[in-house]
Amino acid sequence: MDSLLAIWSSVPESAQLITLTVAKILAIVIPLSLSVAYLTFAERKVIGYVQVRIGPNRVGPRGWLQPIADAVKLMFKEIILPSSSNKFLFVLAPILCLGPALAAWAVVPFMDGVVLTDIDAGLLYILAISSMGVYGIIIAGWASNSKYAFLGALRSAAQMVSYEIAMGFALVGVLLAAGSLNLTQIVTAQQGWVWNWFWFPLLPLFFIYFIAGVAETNRAPFDVAEGESEIVAGFHVEYAGMTFAVFFLAEYANMILVAVLTAIMFLGGWYAPWSGLLPESALAIPGLGWLLSDGPHWLLAKISFLLFLFLWFRATFPRYRYDQIMRLGWKVFIPITIVWLLVVGGMVIAEVPPWFA
Amino acid sequence: MRKVVNYFRSLLLWELFCGLALTGKYLFARKITVQYPDEKTPMSNRFRGLHALRRYPNGEERCIACKLCEAVCPALAITIESEQRADGTRRTTRYDIDLTKCIFCGFCEESCPVDSIVETRVFEYHGEQRGDLYMTKDKLLAVGDKFEKQIAEDRARDARYR
Repeated sequence: MDSLLAIWSSVPESAQLITLTVAKILAIVIPLSLSVAYLTFAERKVIGYVQVRIGPNRVGPRGWLQPIADAVKLMFKEIILPSSSNKFLFVLAPILCLGPALAAWAVVPFMDGVVLTDIDAGLLYILAISSMGVYGIIIAGWASNSKYAFLGALRSAAQMVSYEIAMGFALVGVLLAAGSLNLTQIVTAQQGWVWNWFWFPLLPLFFIYFIAGVAETNRAPFDVAEGESEIVAGFHVEYAGMTFAVFFLAEYANMILVAVLTAIMFLGGWYAPWSGLLPESALAIPGLGWLLSDGPHWLLAKISFLLFLFLWFRATFPRYRYDQIMRLGWKVFIPITIVWLLVVGGMVIAEVPPWFA
Repeated sequence: MRKVVNYFRSLLLWELFCGLALTGKYLFARKITVQYPDEKTPMSNRFRGLHALRRYPNGEERCIACKLCEAVCPALAITIESEQRADGTRRTTRYDIDLTKCIFCGFCEESCPVDSIVETRVFEYHGEQRGDLYMTKDKLLAVGDKFEKQIAEDRARDARYR
């Protein structure tokens, strides 16, 4: 142990920093990629169960190896570059899609102090990074040189841009309530049990943020960008093999990102639903006490619930018509968020307990 | 008034929650999937699967080359050639069914006056090369010999409805 420490201290400081940061990044990205893989499995299972089927159960015990099999299949498939496409942009687009979805995790706090970079403008960073995702889709649609891909890209561009506004207004409400752009401080502002979290005073914003998140990630019922019944697969119709897999990864990584942000901003992040209510003696029980007290496992539970909602929506709702999507975004969500911003402002001035006292 | 109610209904996502409740209920419903190779659904004795040519218990083939099945076959899948055998009976020299043409309507079985051509319950068969699904007389007789017990049983169960 001592010799290991000696080797470590002999490494120059800058190299130490780089090694540590890369290790932290890997500690976030590897579990994330695994969750993405198993989210696809969960999706097929949940949709199967809703449709009174049992879903994939052939690969491995109860189908647990299905995502691995899918990944291996996609990896060994040929990457097809359409002959009249813009080759450079065609390959760049999936990377541009996945990059922001992973980069946004840099500011996500898993617990008090457990965060890759604790920057004060975390919320702004999230807004900026998540808007980058639309470039990947637009570039994919344009570089493919296919009319279906282009139509899909146009649709998703218009949709993502208009829902970004409602999403941004919902975030303004959160920062008004928390009084900070730092995600860690947004969570600590919600310290306490369920009633202390922001979901109730910001209820309309909570719903709008989550629905706009569904729209942002191009998930059903807002999946006109893919629209398999109208424009085949939309922006990624020309993609095959690993380039397609990266788009797939990006979509699911974005879903997890929206879920974690909703959990952090409206559902009290890592706080347990009875945080501060249980006596100290209950929390001291080995094992159970840890389970009952605040911690990343509660954040994980909230993320899982929100992701289940994503899958539930997909299994339930038919796709919105394009003009209905635009109407919902511009004529319903934006006015409601603006009105509720005023209400939140009033509550903050009146110092309504327990949230704003 | 109804307009106002409808407005608030859609604003509060009432119908969407109803939809979610319905699908949520089915999430826990009993699954109806039949896991095919392990489980199978019950099958009728009138099932129309792979064809077979039958024999009498003494080993003589039933077919008398009347060619009614060939005539009735809507897909023109059956080809028959016949000759007179030394004992004076008319027998087929060739009896082919092209399964790639066959639509499994069962008319050949209906038309047969001696219950010679029948359709069995076998439906899990395959061909590995060209011609494997072109059933010749030998192949059809072999199928008949193999499944004779089941075929006879199925015909006996159906006899009182014919």
